[in-house]
Amino acid sequence: MTKNIMIVGVGGQGTLLASRILGNTVIGEGYDVKLSEVHGMSQRGGSVVTYVKYGDKVYSPIIGQGEADIILAFEILEAYRAMPYLKKGGVIIANSQKIDPMPVITGAMKYPEDIENKISSKVDLVEVDALSLAEKAGNIKSVNVVLIGVMAKNTDIPYEKWVETIKKTVPEKFLDANLKAFDYGYNL
Amino acid sequence: MKKLMLGNAAVARGAYEAGVTVVASYPGTPSTEITENIVKYDEIYAEWSPNEKVAGEVAIGASIGGARAMSCMKHVGLNVMADPVFTASYTGVSGGLVLCVADDPGMHSSQNEQDSRHYAKAAKLLMLEPSDSSECKEFTKKAFKISEDFDTPVIIRLSTRVSHSQGLVDEKDRENYELKDYEKNSAKYVMMPGNAIKRHVVVEERTKKEIEFAETTDLNTTEINSDKIGVITSGISYMYAKEALGDRVSYLKLGMVYPLPEKLIKDFCEKHEKVYIIEELDPFIEEHCKALGLDVIGKEKFTMLGEYTPALIKKAIFDEDSNEFATIDEQIPIRPPVMCAGCPHRATFYVLKKLGLVVSGDIGCYTLGAAAPLASVDSTICMGASVSAALGMAKARGNEFNKKLVSVIGDSTFIHSGITGLIDIVYNKGNNTVIILDNSITGMTGHQDNPTTGFTIRKEPTKQVDLELLAKAVGIERVVVADPFDLKNFERIVKEETQADEPSVIIAQRPCALLKTVKYTGHCKIGPECKNCRMCMKLGCPAISVKDDKVVIDETQCNGCGLCINVCPFGAIHKED
Ligand SMILES: Cc1ncc(C[n+]2csc(CCOP(=O)(O)OP(=O)(O)O)c2C)c(N)n1
Ligand code: SF4
Repeated sequence: MTKNIMIVGVGGQGTLLASRILGNTVIGEGYDVKLSEVHGMSQRGGSVVTYVKYGDKVYSPIIGQGEADIILAFEILEAYRAMPYLKKGGVIIANSQKIDPMPVITGAMKYPEDIENKISSKVDLVEVDALSLAEKAGNIKSVNVVLIGVMAKNTDIPYEKWVETIKKTVPEKFLDANLKAFDYGYNL
Repeated sequence: MKKLMLGNAAVARGAYEAGVTVVASYPGTPSTEITENIVKYDEIYAEWSPNEKVAGEVAIGASIGGARAMSCMKHVGLNVMADPVFTASYTGVSGGLVLCVADDPGMHSSQNEQDSRHYAKAAKLLMLEPSDSSECKEFTKKAFKISEDFDTPVIIRLSTRVSHSQGLVDEKDRENYELKDYEKNSAKYVMMPGNAIKRHVVVEERTKKEIEFAETTDLNTTEINSDKIGVITSGISYMYAKEALGDRVSYLKLGMVYPLPEKLIKDFCEKHEKVYIIEELDPFIEEHCKALGLDVIGKEKFTMLGEYTPALIKKAIFDEDSNEFATIDEQIPIRPPVMCAGCPHRATFYVLKKLGLVVSGDIGCYTLGAAAPLASVDSTICMGASVSAALGMAKARGNEFNKKLVSVIGDSTFIHSGITGLIDIVYNKGNNTVIILDNSITGMTGHQDNPTTGFTIRKEPTKQVDLELLAKAVGIERVVVADPFDLKNFERIVKEETQADEPSVIIAQRPCALLKTVKYTGHCKIGPECKNCRMCMKLGCPAISVKDDKVVIDETQCNGCGLCINVCPFGAIHKED
């Protein structure tokens, strides 16, 4: 069986790094891995979706509706948008941060209200104030690593393996804050 | 050990292992990272060329010069490179020559959804199509050998999901490829009619041999699991089919998509009651099968639009639904891409919108100037068209219309193909105003250097094209350089230049906000002087929004560029550290 993880967020939030940390941790475990990213236009503040799949043998790099075991969302509206991709029994881990998309800024549409309840009335939702935890860890840019911490707890991959990849991926001077950020997420 | 690698990085690795020494490309999503990864290998000369045609010619020259060479582009890039490519098919190669072209089904970042396989057929070039990162590396390596064996350029067709997916790749050592001796051979390389007539014969003979090769090569593989249903497929569609249908069907996976085998396909069809062709975009393999008189099912079951998914394939073949899922019971706002906070283009479009001008647009980050609230771009066709199409518009509608018309074009795009349009304006007595959005980088495709930035692909300092002198040299006398963030001055200049009875160029100079050299500091904050007039909202800055009926600036998004300070009529916006 493959495990399907979907990472969603807003361009510029660091979802790509998160998917790479995840991907590199998983290969260390001897799995076949595929990771699908979309570059280009979507970097400019648009919705960004990356897929990470691992198992004995992975064919398609993409995840369809009703197929994700975990959805890791960096922004709550993006969590909501991705909800149809969750498998029955899966979990959405979502950062509670709200970022207005352009149709909301121009007044053409409203940011949906009460998204948390709308999601949790249908599927399992773990909501995290990753921004505050990242701040507490000493670097507000480490939101992505806080969220990886929460997700790591939801996989069978041991704690040390994650720390090992983070050490390999994150530049020396940000390492302390990022390791702390990971712990905050992991121990939530 | 196996490494997790982007499809594009794997292509670069394949080229490296094949002993390639020259790579020339022009960026374009989803192909850009191939050449960016080539830079990691010191043994390879790499360049960003001014456009794809030049890039292709550099690679062709390197091949004639005896080296293994490569050029990479997005699908529409092959339109630009098409001219040399069609004739390089006649000349053939000395060192192996590989052209990588990345299609974009679903148009994640493109202006059309063209299917590059038609080029292989039209130019009579052998084409390979890998399905994942591991094949990206293997096929690229093989492509160089095939190129030399058959004396032909070889095209590798990629697509967004192959280029931008990561999968496991086994790294091997670099082959020691000896530069071939240079020998003058005008009958082969001088394509004037007398020689070309003879080379065309060679091309047709070559294609016959390539078809024989297609029948037996291990690039095409068969997997028999059933005598009921067979699937013929290639590229990423194979992966989707495999996931959706598993071993309930048989597969003929075509790693070589041009020329296509005949016997192999016929035999496969004979062994199965029903055969489906699963291919994104056009019915390329399907038409080949139907021309062979085979009864296959293709586009009557599968769309020509966008990307496929395993779920779509399962539904089409077995009429089985995919997993249940939770639905969203309301319309939610989409999140389209926007210009970054601090983007220099925002200021230009703010002024153009205010003046109510018709804007002949082009391709780059500034295409986003077409979206609300700036919504000022009127047309975007292809790279360079902003300039030449505006001349056409002005010739069609006359000089009064021209006074309300401007072209906007980025620095990279101007060098790519805007300069020829500008020459046309001068030569044919146009009065157009062209605004070059000089943000000192190729932004859209992820920040590549170009001839106007003063640096090579390896970040070595080099001569910098001076846009001002260039415009003057082709005969534009009115050339103004201005900072678009100085809104009042910029507005005055645009007014003056559009009214002038002469052609003019405005170089709107301010670097892309994401460049490391750009150091905006602090954040903007709205003070008590705010009268809620919402002028600043007209900028469409992602950091400025309305919360509880008041305008607020989101600190996590603002980079302190200060453009909104210049827009606020009440001086209510201040900079904070
Ligand atoms: C023929 C062709 N080649 C490549 C591309 C991909 N592409 C789109 S915009 C662009 C360059 C944009 O750079 P620039 O004009 O400097 O504008 P910026 O994005 O920096 O604002 C490229 C390479 C394309 N659309 N068409
Ligand atoms: S990358 Fe640069 S040019 Fe492109 S939208 Fe962002 S700031 Fe503007």
